Amino acid sequence: MKRIHVKANGRDFEHEVEPRTLLVHYLRETLNLTGTMVGCNTSNCGACTILLDGESVKSCTMFAVQADGREITTVQGLAENGNWHPMQTAFHEQHGLQCGYCTPGMIMASISLLEENPDPSEEEIRDGLEGNYCRCTGYENIIKAVQQAAGQTS
Amino acid sequence: MYPVPFDYEVAESVDHAIELLGEHGEDAKLLAGGHSLIPLMRLRLAAPTVLIDLGRVEDMNYVRDEGDHLAIGALTRHRDVHHDPLVQEHCGILSYTAGLLGDPSVQHRGTLGGTLAHGDASGDMPSVVSALEGTIVVQGPDGERTIEALDFFQDYLMTALEPQEVITEIRVPKLGPNTGWAYKKFSRRSQDWAIVGVAAVVEKNNGSIDSARIGLTSMGSTPIRARAVEEALSGASADAVAEAANAADEGTEPASDGAASADFRRHLARVWTRRAVEEALAR
Ligand SMILES: Cc1cc2nc3c(=O)[nH]c(=O)nc-3n(C[C@H](O)[C@H](O)[C@H](O)COP(=O)(O)OP(=O)(O)OC[C@H]3O[C@@H](n4cnc5c(N)ncnc54)[C@H](O)[C@@H]3O)c2cc1C
Ligand code: FES
Ligand code: FES
Repeated sequence: MKRIHVKANGRDFEHEVEPRTLLVHYLRETLNLTGTMVGCNTSNCGACTILLDGESVKSCTMFAVQADGREITTVQGLAENGNWHPMQTAFHEQHGLQCGYCTPGMIMASISLLEENPDPSEEEIRDGLEGNYCRCTGYENIIKAVQQAAGQTS
Repeated sequence: MYPVPFDYEVAESVDHAIELLGEHGEDAKLLAGGHSLIPLMRLRLAAPTVLIDLGRVEDMNYVRDEGDHLAIGALTRHRDVHHDPLVQEHCGILSYTAGLLGDPSVQHRGTLGGTLAHGDASGDMPSVVSALEGTIVVQGPDGERTIEALDFFQDYLMTALEPQEVITEIRVPKLGPNTGWAYKKFSRRSQDWAIVGVAAVVEKNNGSIDSARIGLTSMGSTPIRARAVEEALSGASADAVAEAANAADEGTEPASDGAASADFRRHLARVWTRRAVEEALAR
């Protein structure tokens, strides 16, 4: 067992973890942050995407011990004082989801995308989200949501 | 699936990593970004008993201008290679490819040293670094040595790294204004691995070609240089490209698998070599 210390969604945590524990399982099972999904467990689908020190990362492709000392944001840490993050509002208003399984990861990847490129073209949005699969929407409204969050639509 | 249990050690420095590798022997593995190793461990295709995490070693994440070449720390992540101004200015093909492989989240974790050490012939960086004739700097118990990319990749997932050696740096030439480049990757879906990839680095001279270096992805058990094409293009005019590219699959041994037959791969290598050289000439 290894002792790790992480800051997740603004709170400090310290736990003993088995080294083989994947970060996504630590988040879901130890911290009860079940908003973060496991879709494929093969590093492809992006349902498990979180922010690690502000950048999108697939939490199924990292061990919890590697997050020691680092800051994590999951979809459950986005709202402030009960107000949604603009990306959450945009997904809601543009109907960027159907079943919603991909949505927590999609939102985190979209936030990371705008952080790196605040005014992306449609193609850059599509490329930027290529590591996040959605089996429902056909992506059109997801693109519109990101465009709204980037301030590109009125 | 959970990986098999293992012990986890944090390397404080390269020397410490070498020492830990010596202490734990063959069943220990280095962990960098984990984006090749963790997927293999989850499938239990790899089951190291000790992981030595290089990820916390400082000073292995840098890009430096060293005159005629760039020196890149082994732990530099794909995303940082992609965005680095020095790499963008002097070695566009490396920046481009780092931004192409996988997806942004993969690029936020995976490292240049890791992808070369993994040595996958279907990886994009091995053929690009081969076409660049880059150099890989490694450190082991007996000190430092440098290995040419051409000698580094030896067989399927086999490199010239000795068990106790760590890649510390990758050196790539600075490409001048007369050097054109392109990396063309054929895959069926975004985020996929290359069914075939072609890296072209072309020295131009008033519209004709002084010399060309072509690296092929997924055309054998290692990244392969398309020597017959390189010879045909040496000193050739731009009109010679289509004909020369027809030799792109000479000396290759592509696999037949679920993604493509060997014959289709040979066809792709020819077509995409032509396109890569044409694009390099136009750049
Ligand atoms: C979903 C997904 C898609 C991908 N798509 C592509 C793609 O399209 N093209 C592509 O080329 N790659 C792709 N990759 C692989 C990616 O490039 C990996 O980041 C890279 O192959 C490994 O780098 P790493 O730092 O993660 O290495 P790790 O996984 O940490 O290590 C890989 C191997 O190298 C060894 N190692 C690592 N660093 C060193 C070092 N400094 N010295 C000595 N040995 C070392 C390790 O012991 C291990 O054996 C993809 C990966 C994923 C998960
Ligand atoms: S569960 Fe992590 S990428 Fe699919
Ligand atoms: S909304 Fe169902 S997978 Fe995206």
